Amino acid sequence: MELNAHIPDGPIQQKWEKHKFDSKLVNPANKRKYRIIMVGSGLAGGAGAASLAELGYNVDCFCYQDSPRRAHSIAAQGGINAAKNYRNDGDSVFRLFYDTVKGGDFRAREANVYRLAEVSNNIIDQSVANGVPFAREYGGLLDNRSFGGAQVSRTFYARGQTGQQLLIGAYQALERQVGLGTVKMYNRHEMLELIMVDGIAKGIVTRDMVTGAIESHIADAVILSTGGYGNVFYLSTNAMGCNGTAVWRAYKKGAAFGNPCFTQIHPTCIPVTGDHQSKLTLMSESLRNDGRVWVPKKKEDCKRVPSEIKEDDRDYYLERKYPSFGNLAPRDISSRAAKQVCDEGRGVGETGLGVYLDFSDAIRRLGKNKIEEKYGNLFEMYERITDENPYETPMRIYPAVHYTMGGLWVDYNLMSTIPGLFVAGEANFSDHGANRLGASALMQGLADGYFVLPATVSNYLAGLKPGVRPAADHPAVVETETAVKTRVEKLLSIKGSKSPTHFHRELGKIMWEYCGMARNEAGLKKALELIPKLREEFWKDVRVVGENESLNQSLEMAARVADFLELGELMCLDALERRESCGGHFREEFQTEDGEALRDDENFCHTAVWEYKGEGQNPVRHIESLTFEYVHLATRSYK
Amino acid sequence: MSHKSMNLTLHVWRQKNAKCDGKFVEYKADGVSPDMSFLEMLDVVNEGLIAKGEEPVEFDHDCREGICGTCSMVINGRPHGPKERTTTCQLHMRSFKDGDSITLEPWRAEAFPVVRDLVVDRSAFDRIIAVGGFITAPAGSPQDSNSLPISKENADLSMDAASCIGCGACVAACPNASAMLFVSAKISHLGLLPQGQPERYLRVRDMIAQMDAEAFGTCTNHGECETACPKGIKMENIARMNRDFIKASLTFRHATIGGGGA
Amino acid sequence: MSVAEQSIAGAEARGHGFLASSVGRKVIMAATGVVLFGFVTVHMIGNTQAYMGAKSLNGYAEFLHSMLHGAGIWIFRTVLLAASGLHAWAAISLTLDNQAARPVGYRETQSVASTWSSRTMRWSGFILVVFIVYHLLHLTTGQLHPAFKAPQGHEYFAYDNFVSAFKVPAVAGFYVVAQLCLGLHMWHGVWSFTQTLGLSHPRYDGLRRNFATGLTLLVVGVNISYPIAVLTGCIH
Ligand SMILES: Cc1cc2nc3c(=O)[nH]c(=O)nc-3n(C[C@H](O)[C@H](O)[C@H](O)COP(=O)(O)OP(=O)(O)OC[C@H]3O[C@@H](n4cnc5c(N)ncnc54)[C@H](O)[C@@H]3O)c2cc1C
Ligand code: HEM
Ligand code: HEM
Ligand code: SF4
Ligand code: F3S
Ligand code: FES
Repeated sequence: MELNAHIPDGPIQQKWEKHKFDSKLVNPANKRKYRIIMVGSGLAGGAGAASLAELGYNVDCFCYQDSPRRAHSIAAQGGINAAKNYRNDGDSVFRLFYDTVKGGDFRAREANVYRLAEVSNNIIDQSVANGVPFAREYGGLLDNRSFGGAQVSRTFYARGQTGQQLLIGAYQALERQVGLGTVKMYNRHEMLELIMVDGIAKGIVTRDMVTGAIESHIADAVILSTGGYGNVFYLSTNAMGCNGTAVWRAYKKGAAFGNPCFTQIHPTCIPVTGDHQSKLTLMSESLRNDGRVWVPKKKEDCKRVPSEIKEDDRDYYLERKYPSFGNLAPRDISSRAAKQVCDEGRGVGETGLGVYLDFSDAIRRLGKNKIEEKYGNLFEMYERITDENPYETPMRIYPAVHYTMGGLWVDYNLMSTIPGLFVAGEANFSDHGANRLGASALMQGLADGYFVLPATVSNYLAGLKPGVRPAADHPAVVETETAVKTRVEKLLSIKGSKSPTHFHRELGKIMWEYCGMARNEAGLKKALELIPKLREEFWKDVRVVGENESLNQSLEMAARVADFLELGELMCLDALERRESCGGHFREEFQTEDGEALRDDENFCHTAVWEYKGEGQNPVRHIESLTFEYVHLATRSYK
Repeated sequence: MSHKSMNLTLHVWRQKNAKCDGKFVEYKADGVSPDMSFLEMLDVVNEGLIAKGEEPVEFDHDCREGICGTCSMVINGRPHGPKERTTTCQLHMRSFKDGDSITLEPWRAEAFPVVRDLVVDRSAFDRIIAVGGFITAPAGSPQDSNSLPISKENADLSMDAASCIGCGACVAACPNASAMLFVSAKISHLGLLPQGQPERYLRVRDMIAQMDAEAFGTCTNHGECETACPKGIKMENIARMNRDFIKASLTFRHATIGGGGA
Repeated sequence: MSVAEQSIAGAEARGHGFLASSVGRKVIMAATGVVLFGFVTVHMIGNTQAYMGAKSLNGYAEFLHSMLHGAGIWIFRTVLLAASGLHAWAAISLTLDNQAARPVGYRETQSVASTWSSRTMRWSGFILVVFIVYHLLHLTTGQLHPAFKAPQGHEYFAYDNFVSAFKVPAVAGFYVVAQLCLGLHMWHGVWSFTQTLGLSHPRYDGLRRNFATGLTLLVVGVNISYPIAVLTGCIH
């Protein structure tokens, strides 16, 4: 497999401008002769579909929810970064670029990250123009807050609903195009397969989740903006429907997978309460602006009421270990620190898997009103779930799976190794390296959707003959569609004894245990034995009731779990092969004396790019070497 | 946190698809923990049904954290259940008592046809947005965001309205199945911002026309919507919308802004 | 045509006309409602003349009929009739729409914010119509009033008619019931029209409720006092 990132030459500050200038354009009259498939309607997909349609292309947009407005981007609470430097605190495009590369533990591609930082300011302007009601100050100007991993205040927010507001902005732009007839929206349609004709992506096969109809859709280019695959872990902060199916199907058709093992464990989530738990809820990282994280110094104190524990008996471990970033240490570091204190037996709450996030100081300093204004809805949400009032007693939090930095490998144009298949947003591996900084995913999704795809997809289409697409009865199309039908029938015909959820939960346990916050060789090898067994059992014993021809959530779930059962294995394999610790990937064998991640730049300063070789074959690991010209490789320290 | 477990009786609306007739079916939910969310309780019931080879109760849900607006069911006569400002997915079983009997029904409205069991089709909302619930601002190079200051008061009011999650509980709660709260929230969100001014009066006329075409009822100011709304959207928005509509009607000139424009 | 296109076409076909629009019809209903309540309030005040004796009330009746050389009352009747017609038309057409908007109801409903008054508007309104028709045939034209004395020239017998009418307990009772319906309709209506006409503001929410309650109590209270005053002999 040939990997070419197609990074434009020239100084990093000029790459994107130059690239746009060098890109081919499509004549306006020809644009409407092209058809583009957009799978996903989140920030990346929604913004991308709207922008491409605005340019004049015909877009078919798909999502599995009942409305594009429900994509999981809606759940982002905290905020979105941009290098506006409205605070005059020394921010700049270069600093955002620098922080992101460093935050990603030097495993991201410099050119992509720079572009991201460069368009960040446009994103804010675009969103405001679309009607996003960002928080304002009394003077009428935009407000900011700070987020983990940064010492400047560059995060724009809309209460605790930033993702919702940004998504609604993109959704409105998308609906406008739907009204104009340039976008055709397919709600409750799940992509189950990619259609390839002569090695080029030409369409997708979907299942209409209401009628069960399995249909092919043909286009000149296919874009996957299907979000992350964190649900491999069963419990995560992702929505119940988030899945890896689209990217996994594309992988099996030849799109290489970049860094599958890079997952982000978010430090501030509400701890698990019992076996019934179906998902985990994130408490925005912004809470760490004012909340202080601590556990008791002594194990004996763990079961006591927090207010009874004296100041001297509390261990504010983040402030102790990382004095310059304190409670705002990046996510991977804070999560691991929480795991460490809990492993030492100093965790709080009934399960012992929890640490306190305490607002009493901030309430004393700023007053309850100010805190309520900033975090009111988060506090309410916490109280609703836990029945505890965080104004009075500290919150209990614990890390949970949150985001996947890994994803389909793409070049600078966001095109995968399959020509004509683009991947945007969380679904690609691109900009965050081994760890994503808070408030950067929203930025990336919108950068890809509003600004990158319109330029790069146009460039690709300019090389195709307008209006020439495979016919619906092309053998490759028919074959793919038949394969999907067969698979669905197979799932329904097993009629085993265990529900799809059962297998999902089991897989999640394996993944969390062996491929979670800390990983080691023995554990990963164990997981690599357990997962194939579980998969085998699944295909023998899964029970999917009902039929294909109606809304059938068990069937949907079964198809997703089947893919997770394969994807999980690749993640473990990747984690095993990456014999270093970096960002969210912590290999216990590779750590410094005081327990910090130990990178191996000599051997692993690269992206691992996995190529599928067929059923029963081992996938092949390729590498894309990374060079750091502008941000020099250095040990990442937040001390 | 208590460890008592509860036994409940559920009366659930089962309907195979939009064409079939539906009926209520009774299920037992035993050993329910008060820490479970309402949907987790249903998960457990469904796992039991699957184990028996019966088809599970279909209900809409996704984020399970009260923000995506997908979950939707009427619990004992109240959309999203008894707790104020709480979506079904955020409702916890501690709001119920051992031995309770719970009736579960789908949103009921002509504009929201039942898809299956407790799942309804809310695409009417999307179509209302498609005719005018937006600001025309194609991706490009808009002016710097701070070049147009917005008073904090208006930004906050706009944000209040924008926090609508499009769940449809307002329609489900309204004795007239009116969508005025949802539509007015969008009108207010955009109408309170300077960016939303150019299309303000066209937007209100187009969206209301579409709302009518979707067969929603009219508001007679019952106020049920406001109490059912999980995001606390206020009826004040309906008044604002009416005001804009009256103004728009008194000064009308253009046809439409959205698709299908004449 | 996609579903979206179809329904957009539907909106087009339905038009953006004010009267076709649900909100437009609501506004008509509110505006005419205001006229009607305005009348009822003025009417209630005018009728207080009954407490000042026959001369007063009869004189008042004469004044009404001779305004603008007799044209006044006809202008006024036309406005009132048009308002009632429009109000009833809007109410009926919206009620039909609202019923069609929920063809399948709930097995269980819990009302939290709506009131008995708001939920019975169409019934209280209907009873008001019945009352008005009866009332006109009773006190204005006299067909349903056995002891009715028609005006002779410039002489009016409003007072006599009024007293003889309420001496019949059944009639008095019906008037009282009608006034209670009026109260139900007013209590929601007065609060509601401000919202419909977009005049509401959260700062004045409390005020609006109190205004509706106050006006309703006043109008209904005074109106009910007439039949009672006659029955108890205070007016004779
Ligand atoms: C709880 C939470 C809080 C977060 N907070 C922040 C934050 O404060 N700041 C920040 O920057 N980032 C945050 N993130 C991360 C960020 O929200 C996501 O990474 C980002 O929104 C992903 O956007 P997306 O467009 O790539 O995908 P999504 O928004 O997940 O959209 C995926 C789309 O793909 C569709 N889809 C998926 N699979 C299929 C299929 N098989 N067929 C058809 N359609 C399919 C879905 O329907 C959906 O429309 C948060 C994430 C979570 C989970
Ligand atoms: C107990 C309460 C009421 C009393 C005692 C009362 C009395 C009267 C009297 C005496 C007249 C005749 C005036 C005349 O023809 O010279 C009259 C006329 C009328 N009343 Fe009432 N009324 C009452 C309530 C109402 C109410 C509640 C309504 C409407 C909802 C109403 C509507 C009318 C109308 C429309 C007329 C005819 C006016 C005209 O001549 O055009 N009345 N009323
Ligand atoms: C013809 C018989 C009548 C019927 C069927 C009727 C019905 C209704 C209905 C269904 C409403 C809607 C409730 C709402 O929107 O809040 C309403 C509102 C109202 N009615 Fe009537 N009504 C009738 C007569 C009257 C009369 C006689 C008066 C005055 C004396 C009146 C005054 C009002 C007012 C002020 C409103 C409030 C309007 C609004 O806020 O939209 N109505 N009526
Ligand atoms: S207004 Fe409230 S109830 Fe209605 S759709 Fe929006 S959030 Fe849901
Ligand atoms: S309940 Fe219905 S009647 Fe109006 S105030 Fe709400 S839409
Ligand atoms: S499932 Fe998303 S709001 Fe309830």
